[in-house]
Parts: sequence; C-alpha cells; structure tokens
Amino acid sequence: MSQRETVIEMRGITKQFGDFKANDNINLSVQKGEIHALLGENGAGKSTLMNVLSGILEPTSGEIYVNGKKAEIDSPNKANQLGIGMVHQHFMLVDDFTVTENIILGSEKTKAGVIDAKAARKEIQELSDRYGLMVDPSARVEDISVGMQQRAEILKVLYRGADILIFDEPTAVLTPQEIDELINIMHSLTKEGKSIILITHKLDEIKRVADRCTVIRRGKSIGTVNVEATSQQELANMMVGRAVTFKVDKKPATPKETILSIQDLVVKDNRKLDAVKGLNLEVKAGEVVGIAGIDGNGQSELIEAISGLRPVESGKIILEGKEIQNKKPREITESGFGHIPEDRHRVGLVLPMSVKENIVLQTYYQEPFSKNGILNDKAIEEYSAKLVEEFDVRTQSIANPVASLSGGNQQKAIIAREVDRDPSFLIAAQPTRGLDVGAIEYIHSRLVEQRDKGRAVLLVSFELDEIMNVSDRIAVMYEGKIVGIVRPEETNEEELGLLMAGSSLEKARAATQSPDGKEKR
Amino acid sequence: MDNNKRKTLNNLTVPLLSVLLGFLIAGFLMLAFGQNPLDGYRALFNGSFGSPFYIGETLRQTAPLIMTALGFAVANIAGFFNIGIAGQALLGWICSVWFALSFPDLPGFLLLPLSMLAGVAAGALWAGIAGFLRAYFGTSEVIVTIMLNYVALDGGNYLIRNVITDSRDASERIPEAANLRMEWLTELTQNSTLHSGIFIALIMAVIMWVLLRKTTLGFEIRSVGMNPNAAKYAGMSAERTIIISMLLSGALAGMGGAMEGLGNFRNIFVQGAVPSLGFDGLAVALLGLSNPFGIVLASLLFGALKIGGTSMPLATGIPIEIVDIIIALIIFFVGANYVIRFFIDRRSRQTAGPAEGHAADQASGTTETLTGTGEKSSSEDEVNH
Repeated sequence: MSQRETVIEMRGITKQFGDFKANDNINLSVQKGEIHALLGENGAGKSTLMNVLSGILEPTSGEIYVNGKKAEIDSPNKANQLGIGMVHQHFMLVDDFTVTENIILGSEKTKAGVIDAKAARKEIQELSDRYGLMVDPSARVEDISVGMQQRAEILKVLYRGADILIFDEPTAVLTPQEIDELINIMHSLTKEGKSIILITHKLDEIKRVADRCTVIRRGKSIGTVNVEATSQQELANMMVGRAVTFKVDKKPATPKETILSIQDLVVKDNRKLDAVKGLNLEVKAGEVVGIAGIDGNGQSELIEAISGLRPVESGKIILEGKEIQNKKPREITESGFGHIPEDRHRVGLVLPMSVKENIVLQTYYQEPFSKNGILNDKAIEEYSAKLVEEFDVRTQSIANPVASLSGGNQQKAIIAREVDRDPSFLIAAQPTRGLDVGAIEYIHSRLVEQRDKGRAVLLVSFELDEIMNVSDRIAVMYEGKIVGIVRPEETNEEELGLLMAGSSLEKARAATQSPDGKEKR
Repeated sequence: MDNNKRKTLNNLTVPLLSVLLGFLIAGFLMLAFGQNPLDGYRALFNGSFGSPFYIGETLRQTAPLIMTALGFAVANIAGFFNIGIAGQALLGWICSVWFALSFPDLPGFLLLPLSMLAGVAAGALWAGIAGFLRAYFGTSEVIVTIMLNYVALDGGNYLIRNVITDSRDASERIPEAANLRMEWLTELTQNSTLHSGIFIALIMAVIMWVLLRKTTLGFEIRSVGMNPNAAKYAGMSAERTIIISMLLSGALAGMGGAMEGLGNFRNIFVQGAVPSLGFDGLAVALLGLSNPFGIVLASLLFGALKIGGTSMPLATGIPIEIVDIIIALIIFFVGANYVIRFFIDRRSRQTAGPAEGHAADQASGTTETLTGTGEKSSSEDEVNH
C-alpha cells in the first residue's frame, strides 16, 4: 500500500466554531485507488472535515495537499477543479428533469447558444457504461428508483471530472440488493483509478468495501487502521470509546393473548393504487414482530392505515378486540396505541417547538396538562423534565426547540413520549435510522423492555440486522402482503433477502440450503 | 434558558435593525434632495408625539392596525397567508355601521357592542369561506382571499349605494349610542379623533398572546402551522384548526374595520379600493414577528409614521411620500434580513459542530422552521396545490 501515491493529505485540520472545536488537529491521507472509510458517531466531525475538503468550510488551521501540491480550497468550485466531488446523502436532483438534464445542470455545454443535449447524453451514456452504472440518461428522475437516483448523482460527480469521490452515508436509503450494486460500482470506480472517501457509521459496510478506515471521535482523529486486519468490534470500540455490545440482550419471548389482529387489509397509496393487498397479521402481547421488506412494498401505507392517517379500503384492524380501521388518529391513540413514526422530522416532531411541547404533543388536551382548554405549564414542565431524565434525552433545557437536539436524542424524546403513555401496542418504524451505535443499542433495549412488560411491538425496518436482532417473529412483506413468517433463529439474511425479493418460503429455503448458497455471514 | 434569551435577542435584531436602516437610508434620500433629515425627523416626531393632539391621532391610527396585524398573524401562525385582511376589515366596517344605522333605537350598552359584533362576524365569515374551502377542498387561501377582496369591495359599494343609503355615496353618521369615542379621551387629547378602540386593541393583543401561548387551541394552531403532518399524527384535526384560525383571523380584521366605522369615520362611504389598513396590517405583523406584543410596538411605529408624515411637508417641505419610502424600506429590510438569516441559519446548521452529521435533521429542520416563522413557504405551498 505504501508505494501507492497519496492523492489527498489533510494535515492538522482544526475547525473551530466559537469555543467549540468540531475538528481538532485531524490528519487524513487518502491514496490513489483506495476506498477510505471515515468512521465516527453522529456529531463526531466527519461532515465538518468533508466540508473543509470540498471547500464549503475554511479550516481554522491546517493544510491540505492534493496530489502532493498544497491547495487552498476556498470554494466548492475550487474543489471541483481539483477533482474532488461529493455524492450527497440527500440527492440534489430536480425531479421533473431527465437524468441528463440533471447531470449537465450548471455545466451545460452549448452549441451556438443552444444546449447540446445529444452530445451530453452520449457522454453520460458512455460514462454510465464504463463504470457499470446502468443509468438511463433520458429517464425522468421522478420515474426512477432511489438506487438509480443515487447512481445519477455519482454520474454527476464523474461528469464533472472528479477523481476523488466523497460518499456521504450512501447506503442510508438503499435496499440490501442496491447496496450490493453500489459496492460493485465503488470497486469498479477504484479499479479505474478513482479514490473514494466513504463517510459512514455502519461497520459492516466498512468491513465489506473499505481498504483503510480513519476513525474520528469528538473532533479528534483516533487513528487509521487497515480494515482487513481489524474486527467490527474493534472499530466500534474505537468509534464510541468504550466496549459496545451488538447483540440485543434478551430473554426468549413469552407471547400471550393477541393484541393486534389485521384481517384482509386493503389500503391504497397516494396514486390510488392498492399498496396493501389483503394483508393478514397478528401481534401478541409480549412479542416483537418484525416486518422485513424492501422499501415501497406497502409498509408505510400499512403503518399509516393502522394509525388512522390513511383510509382503509377494506378489511379489519382489531386492537384489543376493538375495530379501529378508519377511526380518527386520536381515537386510535386513546385506545392504547403508540407510534414511533418512520420519519421523525416530517411526522414525529414539530421541530421548531420546544422539547416539552413535543413531549405532550398527543396528550396536551388531557389533565393535568390542561384544564378547560388552558395549558398547565407547570404540569407540562414537570412531566417533560421527568421523561427527559428517565429516557436520557440530552438537551440543555426542555424549553429549547427540539430541532436543536441530535438525531439520537430526538428519537429518544419520541420514544419517551410514546412509551410512557403505556400503550398496549407499539409500532416502531425505522426506529434507528440514521442513528449511531450507542443510540441504537439504547433504543433496541427499550423496545425489548416494552415487550417484556407484556406489550405488543411491531417493528418495521429496512435494516435486516435490526430485524434479526430485535424481533421474535419476522414477517416478510412483499407487494402488499405478508409472504412468510419466520423465526430469527431459524433463518438468515440470505433467506430473508430472497423472501423480500418475492420468492416463496419453500423456494428460499431450498436455495439457501444448497451447498453453494450457505451462510455468507 | 440562556439559549432562549439569546434567541429572543437575535429575533429582535432583525426588526430593530430594519427600522434603523429604513430611517438611515430615507435620511440620505432627504439629503440627496437638499433637505435636512434631522429637521425632517424632528417634524415627523413632533407630528406624531409632539402634543396630546398628535399622540391621540397616532393612537387612533394604531388601534385598527393592531387588529388587522393580529388577524394576519393568527392565520400566519397556523400556516396560512390571509391576504384578504383588507376585504375582511372593509366588510367589518360596513356591517358595523349598517347595524348601527339599522337599530338606532337600541340603548348604548347594547348598540355599541352589537354593532361591533356585526363587524366581527362579517369579517370572520368572509375569512371563514377561504378557511372552509382550504380545509375541505385544498383550495389556495391566497387566491380565494384575494378574489374575496374584490367581492367585498364591489359588493360593499353596492350595499352602500343601494341598501344602506338611497343611491348616495356615503351613509348617514351613526347614532351617538354606537360611537366609540369618549368625551374624556377627546378632551385629554385636545380634540383629536382618538376613540376607545385603542383599549380594545390592547386587550385583544393580550388575549391573543394568552390564546396562542397558554391554551390548547393555541397549541393546536401553532402545531398545525409548523408541521401539519405531525399535528395530524398527534391526533389534532387539521380541518378544524384551519377553519378556526381563519375565523379568528377574519374576526380580528373585522373588528379593526369596525373601529374605523364606529370610532374614526363614524359612517361608511363608497370605497375606491380595499382599505390600506389590511395591507399595512400584514407589514406590521411581519415587522412584529407575528408576536402580539411585537405587533403593538410595530403598529405604534406605523401609526406614528402615517400621522407624523402628514406634518412633515408643512414643517419642512419634505414630501409625505418619504414616509411611504421609510415604511417600504423597513419592510424591505425585514424581508431581506429574513432571506439572509435563512441562508445563515442553513449554513451554520450544515457546518456547525454539534449538529453536524444529522444531515436529515438539517434538511427538514430548516424548511420546517420556515413554515413556523414565516409565511413564504406556506404561500408557495398553496400555489403548488
């Protein structure tokens, strides 16, 4: 490795915001053709460092060398010129435009004052073929899958001539299959001499793709390790600064009476097409049922139907013997339903409102929080202070807007709110999305705790690890139906993957038990 | 808590700086036209606060502004852009006068409050139409209220000419029992047109503050305004909240109009356009950051500018238009600051240490903050619907 040339060398980078050092004397060196992971918890300073490298921020002190030459990267344009390009986590694409239009946006090549779309399309097609990106340049962005949108983002960076690509949490929105494709693409990029910096907090991904990994903790670089020679456990310990357990510590479940029963449920999506197509499912007291499935197989519609946010076309949802389909959200909540929503920003929280107001978002109208329509600030404050303490929500003050909290603490606030109402049935949808190892550990243990208290928990997640670790039964959802129910101890990710892709349980079993397809992990 | 104080201070900087910059630039303009800005501003001040009479006039101008601004703010906090405040105020004016003229024999303790109420009801109903359409059919309240402004104007003029009067351009004066003016106020302010509306306006500002901050209804209005999805998820009825907030908005505007009818003009006459009171209220709410107390202060400033401005040409020869320029500049800077801060916020959020890494937080965070504090996003949303 040492003979390879170094393309990026960041020396002693310090970035200070007031008193706070987001980056404190960080060193990072990236070699040509390598995939270099940048690992750290949320808030560790990864993005700050990459913003420095891509010219969005200027460092307080420190030097950057690109291809051995000292560089002053004072603007994103400068970074572009130096061949540094960022593939953003949140795609910066115009939905109404075609892939080609999106890619040339801002660097349109013109012929006699007219955009030469044909030449651009050809060039993009060539790029796409060369790196195996399989992007249709003339497709409109709104019509293509999330995975293809991401590949369009990659193309955009390549089209601008980048040699060093920064991937910011690229797998957050992808399915397992799309992740595999992405990894192949990354390898084909490095084969062509490109270098990749991968920002992530997912350890298994680092193990799978990265050559080396630099760990950042609280703004300082902890060290750079050779990934092959390091275990996931060691990486996790370096990142968090203490020993971390991956396995959720739980006793076997003791399921009791049925709490939730869904019968032949049909729900339409926003386009008025059936998204949930005659689904049947039961969740019992004292068990966690995990719903595994690729995004877009009706999971969101199912959750929204249960919680009263989306009309049910036909079928029944029975919560503790009471039919709740097509009831108002408040009525469903009052009959003993807790809901950790999929999207905590869009749905779960009113971000500009204070922590305490968010804590009583569903209960504000009840005593003691209000009486005759007048809010009782004191009761609200006492209750929120109690929950914040009990659920370890870290905030300077319960009067601060909830937007000022980190993602993990926002999620803890939601969990505190939902769990403390003591619902007999709890939905946790993508409860750990975007969170770091420490917070994930905490949230999983809280879910299991609910189960042990005899509550019924429905966990919906795209993270197979999470499903495998937390659930007592796994229901695989495909095209609006449950296509199989398996026990985590009797299955593996590969079998789940096949089920999620639509094959039957028998077929999946047969495929994974053949000698060549066994036990990948 | 410290954080909160800093935030309040930050919030105050924008309007204060805007006012200061507005005066400063208008001062340069006066200089450019060969006038002494100090003389100009002295005349402006004397003409608005220089004597009990001028103070009375300024306060009289302030009262209905507080009402229309409160009206705009309530809708804004719920996430709606009620640009029809002017039409609602006009209807409030017409209906309060109409009622007073129709029942001249009622005793004063009934006639005045009932006339007032007629104006309030008319304004509420007018805004309620837009609220209802919005809640149940998703119709843009911006377009509906703009159009309703025209209906109010032309329909109102028809009423004045054909129903309230016998094809005349102005109604009779309202009976004395419906008069908002009070002798002691008139005497105290040396025969100014000041009426008791200012007290009503101040009380309404306090009530609105309590309503928004301390009641479950206010909690719902703020939640729906800042994040309708979360409000729905939490079991609040978006439809109900939309309609209630629009009714409130129109009621406040109608009350502002009724003050003009029962206190200031004491009659109604054919209008050439919807009263500027409505649009000034919008500007006041913007400057006052939709906060009832901020609105009181901003209304006082606007009231003083409008009244003091009339003295400026007499005392110094500076044209009254300079006052409109000052107002325009203040609004411009409030607006511009808003844009600048939007970008500063976004940038610091993207790059600031502790919040770093929550890329998702930033993305939705900023837009939602916007919906909460400003009207821009909501109006844009509407257009898209």
